[in-house]
Amino acid sequence: MTGKPLTVADYPLAENRPDVVETKAGKTLDDITLEGVLSDRVTLQDLRITGRALRQQAEIATAAGRPTLAANFERGAELVDVPQDVIMRVYELLRPGRANSKDELIAVAKDLRETYGAEGVAAFIEEAADVYERRSLYKKRF
Amino acid sequence: MTDESHARPNRWKRFSDWDERPLRLDKFAAEDAASGFSAFKSPFDPKPGFSIGAGVVASMDGIASRDFDMIDFFIARYHLDPEIAPEAMAMPSLEVARMLVDMNVPRTALVRLAHGMTPAKLAEVVSHLSSLEIAFAYSKMRARQTPGNQAHVTNAKDDPLQMAADAATAVAFGFDEIETTMRVARNSWSNAVACAVGAAVGRWGTLFQCSSEEAEELKIGMAGFTSYAETVSVYGTEKSFVDGDDTPWSKAFLAAAYASRGIKMRCTSGAGSELLMGFHDRKSLLYLEARCLCLQRAMGAQGTQNGGIDGAPVTCTVPGGMRELMAENLIAVWLDLECASGNDARATESEIRVGAKILPYLIAGSDLICSGFGSILKYDNSFNASLLNGEELEDYLVLQRDFEADGGLTPVGETRVMELRARAVDAISAVLEELGLAKPTSDMKLSVIAASGSDETRTFSGRDVAMISEAIHARSITVIDVIKALAARGFADEAENLLKLVRLRVSGDYLQTSAVVRDGRIVSAVNNPNDYQGPGTGYRLSEERREEIVAIRDVLTRQEVLRVEATYRPAEVTRIAYRPVGPAAATRNAREVVIGISPAFGLKLFQTVAGHPLSAILRVLIAGITEGGCTARVVRMRHTADTSFLGLSAARLAGSGIGIGIQAKGTAVIHQKDRLPHNNLELFSNSPITKLEHYKRMGLNAAAYALGEMPEPVIVPTRGEAMGSRYHAKVSLIYAIETEMTSEGAEPEEIDVTFIGAAA
Repeated sequence: MTGKPLTVADYPLAENRPDVVETKAGKTLDDITLEGVLSDRVTLQDLRITGRALRQQAEIATAAGRPTLAANFERGAELVDVPQDVIMRVYELLRPGRANSKDELIAVAKDLRETYGAEGVAAFIEEAADVYERRSLYKKRF
Repeated sequence: MTDESHARPNRWKRFSDWDERPLRLDKFAAEDAASGFSAFKSPFDPKPGFSIGAGVVASMDGIASRDFDMIDFFIARYHLDPEIAPEAMAMPSLEVARMLVDMNVPRTALVRLAHGMTPAKLAEVVSHLSSLEIAFAYSKMRARQTPGNQAHVTNAKDDPLQMAADAATAVAFGFDEIETTMRVARNSWSNAVACAVGAAVGRWGTLFQCSSEEAEELKIGMAGFTSYAETVSVYGTEKSFVDGDDTPWSKAFLAAAYASRGIKMRCTSGAGSELLMGFHDRKSLLYLEARCLCLQRAMGAQGTQNGGIDGAPVTCTVPGGMRELMAENLIAVWLDLECASGNDARATESEIRVGAKILPYLIAGSDLICSGFGSILKYDNSFNASLLNGEELEDYLVLQRDFEADGGLTPVGETRVMELRARAVDAISAVLEELGLAKPTSDMKLSVIAASGSDETRTFSGRDVAMISEAIHARSITVIDVIKALAARGFADEAENLLKLVRLRVSGDYLQTSAVVRDGRIVSAVNNPNDYQGPGTGYRLSEERREEIVAIRDVLTRQEVLRVEATYRPAEVTRIAYRPVGPAAATRNAREVVIGISPAFGLKLFQTVAGHPLSAILRVLIAGITEGGCTARVVRMRHTADTSFLGLSAARLAGSGIGIGIQAKGTAVIHQKDRLPHNNLELFSNSPITKLEHYKRMGLNAAAYALGEMPEPVIVPTRGEAMGSRYHAKVSLIYAIETEMTSEGAEPEEIDVTFIGAAA
């Protein structure tokens, strides 16, 4: 990626900047064809968004005056490579009364940070851990 | 007590009539803020407030940061911009309200201010606006310029064949998004595959959602079948949130998870949900919803489904409820969120309230006017009936045409719909067969293609569907398998369409605010921002789009009316002959009544709007006059086609001074020579319901007037039919034929009428 952030004029990237769009395996949009699917050259993996694409969309959202949307895309970028079962486990633990103590959430944050480099999401969970404690959310719900 | 009061009725019967109207099935609640039944204002709502200390929010809406609940904390932390808040919060709310309806204040300036406003402030500002001002502000503030719409596609049997046919149909009518859900939770996979295939028929780009349990929905999305989600619900009180089994952090995490899977996501909230969940904290509906919306922006959701949603019915029971729903939608778009603006759960049994509810949105436009227009019949809607449903879809198309407003839909002809439904049923059948999931029979397919709703289908049993769904899940079938199956069975276009939809994920362009796909291109608030700044700006119907919207079915044209009229001629010439015998003069025969017929009567036009042949009309009129003891003379007027003047001119020629004027469409009058043109003796203006017996009595009465008697006037009973809506288009076209044949100063012409054979 070049150093210069993308702007509103680059959007939609698929139309205006196909040169910066590629799949995890390095395929371009033009490579994703019906023929490719039928010959197994294109798989479901090629139809996934990449962290890079989400960061690019975050740049565009920022340029369009939507910093909170950009922050969500940034968090999303960190979760792209986090497996589905881990995602669902973290989500479950963030729900009320699932974690029995602050430590459980802190441990999950640590795992996301260390295993997946998800720094922003980890900080976000640590913040939740604090607030849940203050609002007594660790109590068991029947 | 007098005898009279004893006998006095105890009820005006009109109340009994009113009791029978659908409106009375709606129940209304008294305003009661302490019980949560207050739309805009509760004494327990906080006053707007904000203070900052050491660069962080120290208090918000009267609550110190140490006392923040989870929602306050999240809003203060992620929504409020400390750079803007001091300025925005210091502005008088009335002044900001005026800016919202001032076309000279750009949307972007107001969006910036909203970043610095607390929930109580946002609620206070919009509370200053009337319903009309809210609708106008909404039109100015909504994020994407081009309006759109969303459909529900479900059926009571969770039948994949019907699901596919109805999805293709909804796509053809122009919905930008379709949303399904199921009667039985385990059928979600079957519904998802069927809708995804159906929505790929005809064109590509309609986004699709399968509303189910959070984890399941994400899995279905991961398998590539769906492209958006809107089930991420948030609530305005902490207790409701926790009872909803979530927190702002869990929901924000889910939002990021959807982004990480390349799936478009919006949150859901709406007035009344906290009321229904029993934790309203005695706050007004609008204030609680303002909290929800600030929270959604704080989470980084691109948009919201709001405007009551499941709480719309209860919201509409309180005074100002509908205005409140509009106000909360306004806060949503002011916060720069995509807005799927409710108009979803049917909030009333009254069709008048339905029409009134939808109109502001139709004319203001919205990213998605309904967050679930029931494209299927009410009983097939697994979300429950929508405000508007399959039954009323044409009413909506006509409203678009009436107001020249883009409601996101486009009329589709019968032939096209049948082609698409057949194609969709064939496509999903091919997929089910190719993947070894089921073998639909020809009878099943044919019944579904023609069916308006699932009551009429002969299709899979509930058990069959569950087996199909569980097999899709168990075998980890993905969108790739479905694309391959389509292609293998000759549905290359549909395979291509489905692939294009999934390919949107790679660039993620459709994750931006208010993104939909139009003509194969992404249209969102980024590349199609609403730039309304007064007349001539903002969204305008293009000529092409206007043509699409006005093209509803069965429209009358002049050619068609003339063609139909001409078909009546052959029979009529076998019944009657009109022979002109020269200019008509006045006579002195005191027993003579003149019938003044219109210029095209029997020449170009042959039957009345009620369908009576003109020969029959003349026959009974003359019979009536004769039986009344007078003689009839027929005169064709050529200087006028107006009923009053036909009658008056006839009266002036009649020796009795009494004339009947009659137009070919059947409108008639009894007139007297000394009266003012529009002050006649008897008028028969409702020709569509005027029967031959009325014309007969018209003749009898004309004779009676001629003899100086005072007969009982003929009353043509009406039941209040909207005559104008039923007949005026046709009548105007017919009448134009009459007026074209008039010429200034043309003399009345005496006609010798001969009846041939028996009466028609």
